[in-house]
Amino acid sequence: MARILPATDVVVIGLGWTGSILAHEMCEAGLRVVAIERGPWRDTATDFPTTYAQDELRYHIRHDLFLRPAQETVTMRNNTSQNALPMRTWGSFMPPNGVGGGGVHWNGQTWRFLPSDFRLRSHLTERYGAKAIPEDMTIQDWGVTYEELEPHYDRFEYLCGTSGKAGNLAGKTQPGGNPFEGARSREYPTPPQQQPYAPTLFAKAALEAGCHPFPQPSSNLSQPYTNTLGMKLGPCTYCGFCEWFGCGNYSKASPQTTVLPSLVRKLNFEARTQCEVIRINKDASGKQATGVTYVDTAGEEWEQPADLVILCAFQMFNVRLLLESGIGKPYDPATNEGVIGRNFSYQTTSGVDAFFENKNFNPFVASGAVGMIIDDYNGDNFDHSGLGFVGGGYMGAGMTNGRPIEGLRTPPGTPAWGADWKRAVTDNYPSSYGFAAHGSCYSYRGNAMDLDPTYIDRFGRKLLRMTFDFHDNELKMSQYLTDRLAEIVQKMGPKQVVKHPRTGPYNSSVYQTTHLCGGAVMGTDPKTSALNRYLQSWDVSNLFVMGATAFPQNAGYNPTNTVGALAYWAAQAIRTQYLKNPGPLVPV
Amino acid sequence: MALKRRELLSSTIAAVFAVTTAACATTVTGALPWTASAADPPKPVTPGGWLYFTPEEAGVVEVFVDHLIPPDPKTPGARDAGVAVYIDRQLAGPYGSSAGLYMRPPFADGSPQQGAQSALTPAARYRVALAALDQHCRQRFAGKSYRDIPADQQVDLIRQMEKGSLVLANANARAFFEVILKNTQEGFFADPIYGGNRDMVGWKMIGFPGAIYDYRDWVGRHNERYPNPPVGIGGSTI
Amino acid sequence: MSARLAAAIAGLALFAASPKAMAQGQEFDVIERGHVLATVGDCVACHTAPGGKPFSGGLKIETPFGIIASPNITPDMDTGIGRWTDAEFVRAMHEGIGRNGEHLYPAFPYPYYTKVTTSDVLAIRAWLATIPAVRNEVVSNQLPFPFSIRADLIGWNGLNFKEGRFVPSAAKPAVWNRGAYLVEGLGHCGACHTEKNVIGGDKSDRALLGGTLGGWFAPNIGGDMRRGVGGWSNEQIVAYLKTGHNDVAAASGPMADVVTQSTSRMAPADLQAIAVYLRDQPPPQDEPTAKPDDVVMKTGGRVYATQCAACHTQPGSGVNGLFPTLAHAPNIQSINPTTLIRAVLQGAKSVATDPAPTGAAMPAFDWKLSDEQVAAALTYVRWSWGNSAPSVTSSQVADIRKALRKEGD
Repeated sequence: MARILPATDVVVIGLGWTGSILAHEMCEAGLRVVAIERGPWRDTATDFPTTYAQDELRYHIRHDLFLRPAQETVTMRNNTSQNALPMRTWGSFMPPNGVGGGGVHWNGQTWRFLPSDFRLRSHLTERYGAKAIPEDMTIQDWGVTYEELEPHYDRFEYLCGTSGKAGNLAGKTQPGGNPFEGARSREYPTPPQQQPYAPTLFAKAALEAGCHPFPQPSSNLSQPYTNTLGMKLGPCTYCGFCEWFGCGNYSKASPQTTVLPSLVRKLNFEARTQCEVIRINKDASGKQATGVTYVDTAGEEWEQPADLVILCAFQMFNVRLLLESGIGKPYDPATNEGVIGRNFSYQTTSGVDAFFENKNFNPFVASGAVGMIIDDYNGDNFDHSGLGFVGGGYMGAGMTNGRPIEGLRTPPGTPAWGADWKRAVTDNYPSSYGFAAHGSCYSYRGNAMDLDPTYIDRFGRKLLRMTFDFHDNELKMSQYLTDRLAEIVQKMGPKQVVKHPRTGPYNSSVYQTTHLCGGAVMGTDPKTSALNRYLQSWDVSNLFVMGATAFPQNAGYNPTNTVGALAYWAAQAIRTQYLKNPGPLVPV
Repeated sequence: MALKRRELLSSTIAAVFAVTTAACATTVTGALPWTASAADPPKPVTPGGWLYFTPEEAGVVEVFVDHLIPPDPKTPGARDAGVAVYIDRQLAGPYGSSAGLYMRPPFADGSPQQGAQSALTPAARYRVALAALDQHCRQRFAGKSYRDIPADQQVDLIRQMEKGSLVLANANARAFFEVILKNTQEGFFADPIYGGNRDMVGWKMIGFPGAIYDYRDWVGRHNERYPNPPVGIGGSTI
Repeated sequence: MSARLAAAIAGLALFAASPKAMAQGQEFDVIERGHVLATVGDCVACHTAPGGKPFSGGLKIETPFGIIASPNITPDMDTGIGRWTDAEFVRAMHEGIGRNGEHLYPAFPYPYYTKVTTSDVLAIRAWLATIPAVRNEVVSNQLPFPFSIRADLIGWNGLNFKEGRFVPSAAKPAVWNRGAYLVEGLGHCGACHTEKNVIGGDKSDRALLGGTLGGWFAPNIGGDMRRGVGGWSNEQIVAYLKTGHNDVAAASGPMADVVTQSTSRMAPADLQAIAVYLRDQPPPQDEPTAKPDDVVMKTGGRVYATQCAACHTQPGSGVNGLFPTLAHAPNIQSINPTTLIRAVLQGAKSVATDPAPTGAAMPAFDWKLSDEQVAAALTYVRWSWGNSAPSVTSSQVADIRKALRKEGD
């Protein structure tokens, strides 16, 4: 039996990006907040200091900062005819763990989604007709518009100090920025990062190809910055240990560098780490949450009563907790009914490798999000008539790292070992380059999440099961994006170009990206969404669910900025509407 | 080190819910926890004998990895770079026992897209495969061990393992090849603190500067080779 | 709700049991002034044990004689100062004499407090009477013989103590005199920042030029352009004291506590006055320093470039509010490198305050760098970018490494 703790106003589950932001906002509203995090406390100088943060083996190969699959994993199958098997080690994505969550080890790409992304089904229907959308594609409008989210994007970017160049200020196109982006109310907080060699060459080639290159918006900062909470961030030093690593010198925006120091000073805030929430509790009516039950490291169960529960775990763990807690109707792909587990989506990434002569890129001079990008082929920025697919992605020359265990590129035909391999690795390390396309992934009836019938976790609870594969629409799109990218790369004069479009079936054992989305999506209709437009559960009105879990489908961008904007959007709704009159913010 | 550090940390953090007491958890409130000398750095490998391999196994692994990354006039091979030592220490540590991985049954064969499903830990895989390889060689080469047959036959066996054409009794030769190739490259390019990449030979070979944390002066220097020697995480290599 | 109720009942019981506790000061402005002054004096720092209730004493303080535990100064009748008369309190502050006529050990900084006006002392007394009484018996005198004989202190006082209130200098403006009153009196800055003689008295000719205490070197805070705060503007000093940070420096170690408990809560005008006074302190004759060995500088430069520059930058400029500037920094050029060695070995956490909440920390290098490497890196920063300070030797590093290990046990 769980022992019952004194009640608090708000319990926050998971202390990553959204947990930190929501906890801070709720404290500012004067509420007592308890944040419960299953991983350890983490801070810059004590947990990923410059003295040993740059350890490829430990952090990249051995996954030191990530969740241990022994604690929780997920089972995976490509389609319902297969038996799902557990991911025994992480592969295509890397679930975060500990305070700061994915904000500790992200790359810092800080994109806004396009205005049309938020009303995707309406937009595509208007432009191409309903027939352009495949029958099993379950894309939806979000229930929130870009214009509504803009101030919240702005807030998150000014929290992070994001470095970039606006392409659209209040509707006016700005030279040097992304001309396709939605209107911004103001310029980025800090100017773009300095560009290394390869991105500079790519930008020139893209311009020649008639495209519109611009610096990737980066939360690895170009210069020192004091954020909206008084937090200081330093300038990025291009160390090349960004994604998968914590930042040792306070130059990457993370909960640690932007929120937590202010949050812990609040007397109405308390964090409990190494405590795993196993259930959101409900009252007899099933319509109100009464708090959460969690387990400490001694295996002891505790019940933390709260008036408001904010679920801020990673995407798939949000979905699992909802299923475990019996909140919302589980999705059934056979009938296309139910909402929890519905519209699970991912990201369709692809690449182009190029081998040059007489070029030295110093690939280790890198930062998570530095690079030159084009957005000409993202979303609906280009005419899809006759292309046979919808969606798109950004592409370009990022410069994330030159780490040798993961980053060695050899031309096709090179053996995997031996003297020839050694020579090829030596010759091509400084002069080869991997360009990337980062494509959308729309949602489908067959791609879903539910509880696995066979595999259990350490508490004997069912693991989450994901059923996922890339569909023809995404594979065609990936081929198209990769071809366009290769055309531009070709203009840079390499001796060899190798295309790596995404091909099916989806392979869970090869790293692609950690952008898992959906499963408890926001929307306007309780039949097809788990959350209303304020990320409030349709079923339990004192439960809000943060994160990419709410994305009805994924756009061709990295999700963090939209996750941050939605967090502030929801926080504002709680502060200005919910607290005055607790209950459903949208009538059911 | 890590344990001590956590103990220290928890002692500096106020336990808040005094009435309901001692949950085995850390409560953070009021200020960011910090402790003098708090660090959880990698532990340098200890020199000396093999920790996991038998001398016989180690002899085979040294020969094997030296074919995967052979010496050349400029750069030593995997053996002299300490790769066998690296693998030995890794197998003796958490990696070798699949610590932290999901190792609950049932173990079923799946599609390649579902990732590795074996119940074998890396340490066990080496043990089983090396024994099977030894048995195979002794049968085929008149009682000789892998390390004692001619080099071209050693290489040929690796090729067969890579192709999947070598059948070993009780061991998956192809799976073993994949893991030892991966571990060899790790050992050749990981920080020398882990026992391989001795004198940072792997890094010097390709021009990777290692644990440098500041390239601000180099972002704008396009197409110019970075000239400084590499640095390891352990201070002795500075 | 129920907890609040319980507290109210407990309060009633307390009043019923000891009516004297109601005899609190009635003058709001006096109490308020006393609070401000107690903050300047940072009474809470010494009179609170780790994890203990504020002002209830029990903190163990190292002195040249041995360890002394700070007394309970809450208004508790039996274990605090609830029964003290105002005159007894004033005598303790001005003369270092306890309630029963015994001499107090000078861990209690009465050689500074003697300068405080009687009216200010009484204001502090009035405020202390308003704080919650805490029952906490403290045995202050834990000294070995012969230091346990308090009469010895008569001799100590004869050598190190001059009783008497602060006398303003007619030649100086009011702001200077206010600064002097705070620094020399309640602020007792010299308790750390002035070198001590063998029996723990201030070396009066070395006032505010820096002192060693508890394994730290409290730097020169006089007007010296190189090693003191003479090169800082008033605004830089005020920002440092108010927020723990300015554009070039950050408070850490014991000073972090001083900022948190005391200076960050002080009135800007008082901080300004302190700045004016400190910057006007005459610098001593600077000791010429020998140029370090070239080989050491080369080693140090390499350690610096690979280990330090990612935060402090190659030109030693640091990052405003985050990583301290090393070039031209007074504490970097302290003659005594104790604090620097300590920071490199065990890392350092800068203070977090409401206006500067980040509180960035420096990682520990003790596991990573050898004594020679630490010495070379520090020698390098102490002799680069126009800095000049004595070389740091590896034996100095070794000694501090050993002392820290002992401290950690």
